[in-house]
Amino acid sequence: MRVPLSWLREFTPVELEVDALCEVFAELGFEVDDVEHIGGGLEGVVAARVLETAPHPDADRIQLVRVDPGDGNALQVCCGAFNMSAGDIVPLATVGSTLPGGMEIASRRMRGQESNGMLCSAAELGVVGEESGILLLESGTDPGTPVSDALGIVPDVVFDLDVLPNRPDALSILGVARDLAARLGLPLQVPDPTPTEQGEDIVGSVSVEILDPTLCGRFCLRVLTGVAGGSTPRWMASRLAAAGMRPISPVVDVSNYVMLELGQPNHTYDLAKVQGSGLRVRRAREGEQVETLDGATRTLGPRDGVIADSSDAAVGIAGVMGGASTEISEDTDEVLLEMAWWDPVSISVSSASLNLHSEASLRYKRGVDPELAGLAARRFAELLGSITGARLRPGTVDERGDLPAVPALELRTGRVNALLGTELSRERISELLGSIGFGCTPKGEDLVVVVPSWRLDCTAEVDLVEEVGRHHGLHRIERTVPTSPKAGSLSSAQQRRRRIRRAFVGAGLSEAMPMPFLAPGDLERCGLPAGGLRVANPLVAEESVLRTSPLPGLLRAVAHNEARRTTGVRLFELGRIFGPGELVSDRVRSVELDRVLTGEAEFAAAVLAGADSTAAVELLEVVLAAAGVGPLALRAEELPGLHPGRAAVVEVAGGDVGSVGEVHPAVAAAHDINQRLGWLQLDLDALLAIPEAVVRVQEVSRYPSSEVDLAFVLDERVPAAVVGATIRSAGGELVTGVELFDVFRSEALGADRRSLAFRVRFCAMDRTLTDAEVAELRSGMIAEVERTHGAELRK
Amino acid sequence: MSDKLDEARELARTGLERINRTTSVEALDALDSELLGKRSRLTEMRAGLRDADPRERKELGRALNEARHTLDEAVSARREELAAEALRTELLAEGRDLTEALGRARVGHQHPITLTWERLEDVFVGMGFTVEDGPEVETDWFNFEALNLPAAHPARSLWDTLYVDAGEESTERGEVLLRTHTSPVQVRTMLRAAAVGTGPPIYVVCPGRVYRRDTADATHLPVFHQIEGLVVDRGTSMGDLAGTIEEFTKAYFGESLTSRLRPSYFPFTEPSAEVDISQPDGSWLEVGGCGMVHPNVLVHCGLDPEEWSGFAFGFGIDRLAKIRHGISDLRELVANDMRFLEQF
Repeated sequence: MRVPLSWLREFTPVELEVDALCEVFAELGFEVDDVEHIGGGLEGVVAARVLETAPHPDADRIQLVRVDPGDGNALQVCCGAFNMSAGDIVPLATVGSTLPGGMEIASRRMRGQESNGMLCSAAELGVVGEESGILLLESGTDPGTPVSDALGIVPDVVFDLDVLPNRPDALSILGVARDLAARLGLPLQVPDPTPTEQGEDIVGSVSVEILDPTLCGRFCLRVLTGVAGGSTPRWMASRLAAAGMRPISPVVDVSNYVMLELGQPNHTYDLAKVQGSGLRVRRAREGEQVETLDGATRTLGPRDGVIADSSDAAVGIAGVMGGASTEISEDTDEVLLEMAWWDPVSISVSSASLNLHSEASLRYKRGVDPELAGLAARRFAELLGSITGARLRPGTVDERGDLPAVPALELRTGRVNALLGTELSRERISELLGSIGFGCTPKGEDLVVVVPSWRLDCTAEVDLVEEVGRHHGLHRIERTVPTSPKAGSLSSAQQRRRRIRRAFVGAGLSEAMPMPFLAPGDLERCGLPAGGLRVANPLVAEESVLRTSPLPGLLRAVAHNEARRTTGVRLFELGRIFGPGELVSDRVRSVELDRVLTGEAEFAAAVLAGADSTAAVELLEVVLAAAGVGPLALRAEELPGLHPGRAAVVEVAGGDVGSVGEVHPAVAAAHDINQRLGWLQLDLDALLAIPEAVVRVQEVSRYPSSEVDLAFVLDERVPAAVVGATIRSAGGELVTGVELFDVFRSEALGADRRSLAFRVRFCAMDRTLTDAEVAELRSGMIAEVERTHGAELRK
Repeated sequence: MSDKLDEARELARTGLERINRTTSVEALDALDSELLGKRSRLTEMRAGLRDADPRERKELGRALNEARHTLDEAVSARREELAAEALRTELLAEGRDLTEALGRARVGHQHPITLTWERLEDVFVGMGFTVEDGPEVETDWFNFEALNLPAAHPARSLWDTLYVDAGEESTERGEVLLRTHTSPVQVRTMLRAAAVGTGPPIYVVCPGRVYRRDTADATHLPVFHQIEGLVVDRGTSMGDLAGTIEEFTKAYFGESLTSRLRPSYFPFTEPSAEVDISQPDGSWLEVGGCGMVHPNVLVHCGLDPEEWSGFAFGFGIDRLAKIRHGISDLRELVANDMRFLEQF
């Protein structure tokens, strides 16, 4: 809502500086988006009389104009416009002046000819007027008159206010002025014109029938005669322009002016073009068509309301836009003026479904003051009468449908103070509400409040509390800090999630946060099964599927970096995947409060560009240690998207918690990545469900450990971890560590065979082990590994 | 006899000088043997002591002992010094330019969103809050209806919503969606509290990922992050809200800054307000919204508004990260370019 200060001052005598006023607006809940100073900056621009025009000897597109700037010294100016002739009065920006757009005027030569100033168009002066050519001033203007005087321009300030959805009244100068006057303790002057009426009473010749009272709460009609001719005065045109509307013709301009000023949208019909005298207000039929004022043909349905003529043809869309068939023209003599109240929800639905948003629909869908029609019609007549001499015909057609009841609400003083944290007296509350038109009657300690017709958004006690808070000033509420009865803390899962994140960072990975959307085909390109929940209304195909895996996002991130020559990136992500899963449909309001979708799951994943599965497994161990879970086991498996020979499922505490390995090279290649990609993916829901046990310390032996190195040659297919486990169990309680320290393959060992070298540590709690004891353990372990795995000791 | 006494003292003095002048262990060994060995003058004089005048024998004996002791000590000390020097020389030979190693470590970087997220959590935990989360795929009821936004509410247009096609059944009943704010977590928290019978007090923050049907540009992302707070207790007031916001402001933005509440409108709170934070240049920066939980919301969550009142507030995590780190284009947050990430 653009609010010119001069217009506000017609309603209340505000004298505050602009900055202070902005502050007051903010405190009242009107966020000031912009402040614009208009009509200023015209110093040095004067009216000048054109003495003669002559072609430029060396240029076609500019001419030489001799002007009299009022001091008798004729000046030559080069000008690119040709719409003036000798005798015209034009604006001259004199040498040394600066135009509102910032252009500085200097004496200069254009193609060899002197130019001492510049003749200006309306746009160059920042005023309303013809779009092309030099602005022609009124012929009687004396040369030398400052152009701002000639145009009657008064500098003004326009505030662009962000009006909140719960303020139907504030989409008008009157509404804003009312709040401001209340806050500043100033009087509010509401106009109450009584234009003279003339001619035949309209009642009997004009009528309306409201067929759907749920659509239309009030429908008022008046008729004005003699609306032709005249032109919109400059002050009104300037004000409309300042408020963001283009001046068009007196009738349209007055219509807009009244809407902006009072907040009552209104519509004008050329009475001569309305078929018959009876209007009908009803829902549109499915497929019914109407040509609207903007020239478009709209196809309507029962969501929309229409105003139909006596032949039942729609002549306008209720509350949204008028029809072309009854549009006023230059020849219009009699205007049928409609001032209506439409059901906000109906207009909201209609405007949205037609995707047609007008200044009128904006106001109707928020809720117009249903009692405003009379005043607005009189104001309309007063303004139009002053321009064209139009007169109101006596009589008003005023039909009513369903209007919201004006509520009388109980407002408890104690409730106000409890919610706001204030200590306002009943009288003070009454004063605050009274200042903005709420009628307050004491009832014991409390108040009964009658809501004014322009604030039908207030339907409950809490709405009144809000108004009291707003006019008392939120900044004046004393600040207190409530204390939770419990200590603040992060849950165990939240702390472990953080530790996992830190572990990744500590291991040299950087955190990525790709968007969780995919394009169709993204999953397949990752070797993953197609599927994934679809977004029902995506803006672009790239965001039309919800990811079922972290793989596509992280691969895209690697590819993004590779394409920018950042190689070897190591990225991780903590996030969520969606589905495949079922909708938990019967729990929408249940207290079980489960996830809506069983497939929504939390993961931690990492990709290591240029690193292999070994690096991924090392990372896995670091991360699981940080999560405080273990021991882990790996179960080799072919997994979608992963290297078939280098992938395993991660098991902890008997359950699967993720996978580790390498991304399938074909999948990497499909993303233009030509290096190995170590991969780790953990199911955080599963992982964090494993309780983190409190560490109970195992006593450490005071005696030194003994070590033995054992290397076995055996089949590739026996996992190292299995061999390690055999060693451990064969060694019994005295084994404190089994570490694989070397893996060796050679032709001599044979295909499909490898050597695994383990360092085994032993220790007893009560003594240093003797060589004989160690030797015995050693041979026991050798025998067991050879027997169980068909291995042979490498000598 | 006094000649011998002088000689002994002289031996000690010159010996000391020579020891301290030695530059190698070998030279020191040779000198040690020359000064203190079997054929040294000191040994010789010691042997000649029995021929000395008995009157002077005692004094000369003491002088010789002193000389030997002094030289012995000096040799040991010098030997240690020379060894240390030799070691130092040897180590210097394997010296290394440590700057060669700079910049080689693989340093990991946390994302600015989660950095900001965790900082915010820490501030609120310090203020006595706990942290809750909830699903990102939500139903219309939790995301809108429970929050005082019934189906035809005009204010729904404030949230451009992405709906999820979760099968015919859901699409018919309407409305599985990607949550447009973290407020459904508040609803779930209140419902849970009401259901288990313990009821409030509730002091929680709900950080999380939210979605809007928006085209990604420098100032918008279809996926972003919020942290919302909820306090429900007996007698909780707007003054408590303002005080909590102020305490948060000082803890998060700095002691020198202050906050103000500016009236606003949200369907789920009333009174509602925007949160502005003062800037060093005197202007105000809008960082979030807040208000008193609307009675209808409390009712939907099974709490009696006459018994309980509460406030809620919300901040954009991305926006706070943007402000703190001077990020000019929000798309950087999802591009995962290392040149961006490694700055954190």
